[in-house]
Amino acid sequence: MAALLGRSCRKLSFPSLSHGARRVSTETGKSLNLYSAINQALHIALDTDPWSYVFGEDVGFGGVFRCTTGLAERFGKNRVFNTPLCEQGIVGFGIGLAAMGNRAIVEIQFADYIYPAFDQIVNEAAKFRYRSGNQFNCGGLTIRAPYGAVGHGGHYHSQSPEAFFCHVPGIKVVIPRSPREAKGLLLSCIRDPNPVVFFEPKWLYRQAVEEVPEHDYMIPLSEAEVIREGNDITLVGWGAQLTIMEQACLDAEKEGISCELIDLKTLLPWDKETVEASVKKTGRLLISHEAPVTGGFGAEISATILERCFLKLEAPVSRVCGLDTPFPLVFEPFYMPTKNKILDAIKSTVNY
Amino acid sequence: MAIWFARSKNLVSSLRHNLNLSAILNKCDYSPRPIFFSTTSQLSSTSFLSPVASLRHESTAVETQPDHLVQIDEDDGQELDFPGGKVGYTSEMKFIPESSSRRIPCYRVLNEDGRIIPDSDFIPVSEKLAVRMYEQMATLQVMDHIFYEAQRQGRISFYLTSVGEEAINIASAAALSPDDVVLPQYREPGVLLWRGFTLEEFANQCFGNKADYGKGRQMPIHYGSNRLNYFTISSPIATQLPQAAGVGYSLKMDKKNACAVTFIGDGGTSEGDFHAGLNFAAVMEAPVVFICRNNGWAISTHISEQFRSDGIVVKGQAYGIRSIRVDGNDALAVYSAVRSAREMAVTEQRPVLIEAMTYRVGHHSTSDDSTKYRAADEIQYWKMSRNPVNRFRKWVEDNGWWSEEDESKLRSNARKQLLQAIQAAEKWEKQPLTELFNDVYDVKPKNLEEQELGLKELVEKQPQDYPHGFHV
Repeated sequence: MAALLGRSCRKLSFPSLSHGARRVSTETGKSLNLYSAINQALHIALDTDPWSYVFGEDVGFGGVFRCTTGLAERFGKNRVFNTPLCEQGIVGFGIGLAAMGNRAIVEIQFADYIYPAFDQIVNEAAKFRYRSGNQFNCGGLTIRAPYGAVGHGGHYHSQSPEAFFCHVPGIKVVIPRSPREAKGLLLSCIRDPNPVVFFEPKWLYRQAVEEVPEHDYMIPLSEAEVIREGNDITLVGWGAQLTIMEQACLDAEKEGISCELIDLKTLLPWDKETVEASVKKTGRLLISHEAPVTGGFGAEISATILERCFLKLEAPVSRVCGLDTPFPLVFEPFYMPTKNKILDAIKSTVNY
Repeated sequence: MAIWFARSKNLVSSLRHNLNLSAILNKCDYSPRPIFFSTTSQLSSTSFLSPVASLRHESTAVETQPDHLVQIDEDDGQELDFPGGKVGYTSEMKFIPESSSRRIPCYRVLNEDGRIIPDSDFIPVSEKLAVRMYEQMATLQVMDHIFYEAQRQGRISFYLTSVGEEAINIASAAALSPDDVVLPQYREPGVLLWRGFTLEEFANQCFGNKADYGKGRQMPIHYGSNRLNYFTISSPIATQLPQAAGVGYSLKMDKKNACAVTFIGDGGTSEGDFHAGLNFAAVMEAPVVFICRNNGWAISTHISEQFRSDGIVVKGQAYGIRSIRVDGNDALAVYSAVRSAREMAVTEQRPVLIEAMTYRVGHHSTSDDSTKYRAADEIQYWKMSRNPVNRFRKWVEDNGWWSEEDESKLRSNARKQLLQAIQAAEKWEKQPLTELFNDVYDVKPKNLEEQELGLKELVEKQPQDYPHGFHV
């Protein structure tokens, strides 16, 4: 495995997986960063379904993160367009389009701004099928939003709001860890007959580079992936945090601790079986996410695994997460669940 | 409108200039032209003219006037370029007043005695249509009364009536095509009734029985019918408005001869989704008809506590949306306005806003006693003297299309059918327990499979903890 560095300006790469992990496609492709991979997915989505639309603030010229580059030129302004600056309108409009059988791929400019749309997502999109007795549905709705720390984002350009959405029956929540994963997962989300919230780790838009197959492929939802096998402790994470966790695993290995690392990918509904099987093997669990620890999604994973694996556990479940503060600017390096915080937690869990 | 004359050199041009701000809303520029049905002769044929085409040309022609007149004013001969286009300038500091001196007038065709006001513009309604409209208005009244009583008797858990708003409900529905997609708020069951939802279907939803299309998941009155193009009702207010913009846009892209039609109350226009919905519909040029039932009350909140504008109609222009205020208790006026708006929306691919003035005669719902916050004689006044059903009945009767005998036959039949429907709905089986877990997603995920198994075991073990009749 190629050497990976921390959150520096060096580009991170995602080499091929350790054995035992599943992949939809082992073909090599072009070297792409995250925003290009997402862009490819969107091109394919619009190309394969004439009733699909991409819209949101500033998507017309390519978007503030370039994820929508070339779409308006290729598919026309009727299908790829800017919207007024109004998240509740963007999602509400998307629900209406989806309810009519179209695929509405909606962009929220930063996950930090998704909250005005929370009512539409929770009270409308999530319940659209159920409340109508399956007469109606808005399964064609996919909401994309950049999330997570970026080094200088502060309160409103760094948030990880996934936990709010994981508490809503009726929607799915998906978070990719890399360009190759993002393309396959996004295409699955778009084509899934349920409304999906897709959080893209903005830190990786440029930083992550990986070989991404150029064809149309999908990675299944609600299937977690063991991306590194080990025996002493199971680590579970998602998105950009996995690269940090992977570094911690490498350091731990040098000290004789064998770590199993799982990418959850879909947080709702999540793959309990894969995590359960791993923890039954290792006897230890560590969860890491950027979002604040209290009420974070790690709590759900911890509670579930405790229920299912109590007698197999050698130590309490460890959570290495963001602090319970608004995401700070100058204090970001202190706030974040860093590699060394994770490594310390691995060691204290193993030595419990 | 308060007009500032202080420094204007040319009083007349200033007056014209100021009046232009309301010119677009001036009745004579937007209302149908005389080729419509004339008030002096009775119309008995069923042929409908297609007058709306000329209506469209009239209305768009007017919009070009303001530019023309502005240039007459000496001060405003020059223009400035800004993003958004050219705008004239003036050295006279003039604030647009917070309100016009005159409220936007209300379009009405029938007077309170059910007589057509001389020289009214309106789209003719045949005997067949008029009788059907009246029957449905009366049926809605009977339905509301009986379901309300059923709730009071504890047979259903909740109900809300549309008393006082029968004209809006039925006349708007009559003016639409069945392909128009309706996104209701919750006080528009008449639209569903018009389209063919049966009394049994209404009752089934209220009882949440096995025949309820909604599968017993929501409170009573949360009807929905994909067959009749009526989106399932949800309790949150105004959420349907931006969705309607999306629906309209879809219809436009599919080149359908149809529009989205969505309803909202006066209270709902304070929600952010009202702003979002209108703005999106306007920017996306979506064929949407927004119908606001201004009935004066949002539960206990009177409109004086809801907004400071002249109602809702004036907000349309703020979004670039053509608007009209109509007497919501005048079935003919509502019919004409909605029919015209619908044609504009579809042929011009634009949104239209209708503010239908009315009064909520009933309580907000069975959980409300409105005498606690408004005078009982206010309610009585509207119920007796401003009743939309009586008013339309007078017109239909005056035409010789309806009689006292027809009336009693209709009401007793409707009553009988409703009682039968309720009795039948009560006897229906309950939904099977599995419907608690279906349709959360398209396919039941593992966690729900587990929870369903767990619940089944619990119910079998301790049936006394759970209501009877839900087959496992």
